Amino acid sequence: MHNPQTLIRKGLPKGHFKDLVVRLLLGATTYFIVIIAALLFAKIIKDGAPVLFTAKAPFVDFGFLLDKNETLHVFDDSQGVRHQLPASRYSDYVKHLDGAPIYNEQTFSYSGGGIVGPIVGTALLTIGSMLLALFFGVSAAIYLSEYAKQSPFIHAVRLAILNLAGIPSIVFGLFGFAVFVLAVPVITSTPSDRSLLILPLFAGDAVISFQGWNSSLLAGCATLACMILPVIITASEESLRAVPQGFRDASLAMGATRWQTIRTCVLPFSLPGILTSSLLAIARVAGETAPIMFTAAVAAKDDLPWQSLAHPFDLLSSQVQALPYHIYTLAARIPASEYTQRAQYGSVFVFLILVAALSLGSMLLRAKLRAKLKW
Amino acid sequence: MVTDLTNIAAPPAAPAIRIQDLCFAYHSKQALHDVTLDIPFHRITAFIGPSGCGKSTLLRCCNRINDRIPGAGITAGSIHIHGIDINRPDIDLQELRRRVGMVFQKYNPFPKSIYENVVFSQRLRGIHKRSELDEIAETALRSAALWDEVKDRLHTSALGLSGGQQQRLCIARAIANQPDILLMDEPCAALDPLATLKIEELLHQLKKQYTIVIVTHNMAQATRCADLTAFMYLGQLIEFGPTLQIFNTPQNPKTRAYITGSFG
Repeated sequence: MHNPQTLIRKGLPKGHFKDLVVRLLLGATTYFIVIIAALLFAKIIKDGAPVLFTAKAPFVDFGFLLDKNETLHVFDDSQGVRHQLPASRYSDYVKHLDGAPIYNEQTFSYSGGGIVGPIVGTALLTIGSMLLALFFGVSAAIYLSEYAKQSPFIHAVRLAILNLAGIPSIVFGLFGFAVFVLAVPVITSTPSDRSLLILPLFAGDAVISFQGWNSSLLAGCATLACMILPVIITASEESLRAVPQGFRDASLAMGATRWQTIRTCVLPFSLPGILTSSLLAIARVAGETAPIMFTAAVAAKDDLPWQSLAHPFDLLSSQVQALPYHIYTLAARIPASEYTQRAQYGSVFVFLILVAALSLGSMLLRAKLRAKLKW
Repeated sequence: MVTDLTNIAAPPAAPAIRIQDLCFAYHSKQALHDVTLDIPFHRITAFIGPSGCGKSTLLRCCNRINDRIPGAGITAGSIHIHGIDINRPDIDLQELRRRVGMVFQKYNPFPKSIYENVVFSQRLRGIHKRSELDEIAETALRSAALWDEVKDRLHTSALGLSGGQQQRLCIARAIANQPDILLMDEPCAALDPLATLKIEELLHQLKKQYTIVIVTHNMAQATRCADLTAFMYLGQLIEFGPTLQIFNTPQNPKTRAYITGSFG
């Protein structure tokens, strides 16, 4: 080397200030995002947690979780004491008044009682749509990764599926309304007037009538399933491909058929990956409002979905309440006041906890599967 | 090691595998050119040659595992196994692959227990009786010289075994299928010399019952265990004969050049 002393720098390292600025900017951006998320959660927890949790044992207000949704009545009694009562208890109260007057009465829709209806509605919608989406999605993924020849046509199919993921959820909502609510065929003996097409079935007086499933749990599940199908298909296909080729070779070389190979040597080992994708899908399905607005959700419903059904299958054709739609109703359809806050923040808080619990559950399941099926 | 040359000099009437004028192509790339070869019963036949010479392709034609590669296929010629043309449209592919077992270069046990790996093919065939499966597993593991090492941990994961043990497990898995022919695609390429030695000893045991075809990069391995050796180069069969003859008095200048290490 000509002069080894040139290896020792004089002053600060090259680009010292530039590095510092870049580092500061990137760091600031990151923490800015974190702060926004933290503020959001802090606000919801601050206003929502007191609704659900109480200072006294059992520390959880099960009423909010397990009671039906009711109108809230706010009024002063003759002593000037302010009362907040849900509709059912209000009528009891009025009965025992014996004609004593009440003053300043106000009512707030949906703000009294609990939110058991939206909770079970969301649970049913999530379970139903995940079952549908996993069945169709994993089937399509198996076909695409294991059976289909890698032709330009299959690439186009894959591209089309990917594009589906970019469609706004309100479009899925309208699609679900047009197709599942109004147009899909049902077998019935009493076709509706607006049926698009009636085909005879030649069995009793039953006909196939293209009249849709109406606004119902089934239509909502189908619409939500359509919305998350691209996510499930793409991720499932990836995790199927991630299974080492050697497993397929070994299985085929031992005389397994294609389907036996997939069933015993590919699908079980790709389950953790498929679960990961469905984990994200679960949170999305539980949280979407737009797709269920026209296809399944109602703002108010007296019975729980499974109550007062003529037949268990009627569950599928009944409308349900849903948490995200309930939150939308509380926020947009009723005037906000100090008396509606409990319902509003409480619902949001419960919703967040529910989604977090669902995600945590699938994460644990995935971890368990991963530990078992590692290679 | 060639034990009884006399028998090899006069091969049995119908060879275990008869390959005639076989041509094979991946899309438009020709991988095998007019390969003609008779592989005798209960001998170890080695395919040697430089990388990309088509020896693995040839091996993989013998149980039609190449079928699953899109755009690849036999363009001319035929393979008869025990006198049956295996490319007939009415061949029972699953039965063919049961009768012609295969062991791969990279050992590939399933991430299941040792026991489940060995009885995998039996379960496929719908055998679920515990006693029957136990017997098959023990026999196969004994034949693969693995029984003594794993008999106390049959129900632990196969991935806990060493590389050599995993490869012997794959051999046991293939044997459990009761094949007639064992195809081995560089079975020792991923193993250390000691594990390789064990597998080679195992091969000598196995050839009493099975016809073995082995692809190898390792010429010393061919001389140690093969009765017959085929030298392939650029998709063509250059020379085929008893191993000693191929290594000591090669007829073809290309074989001589390869064996002496002038290329490859």
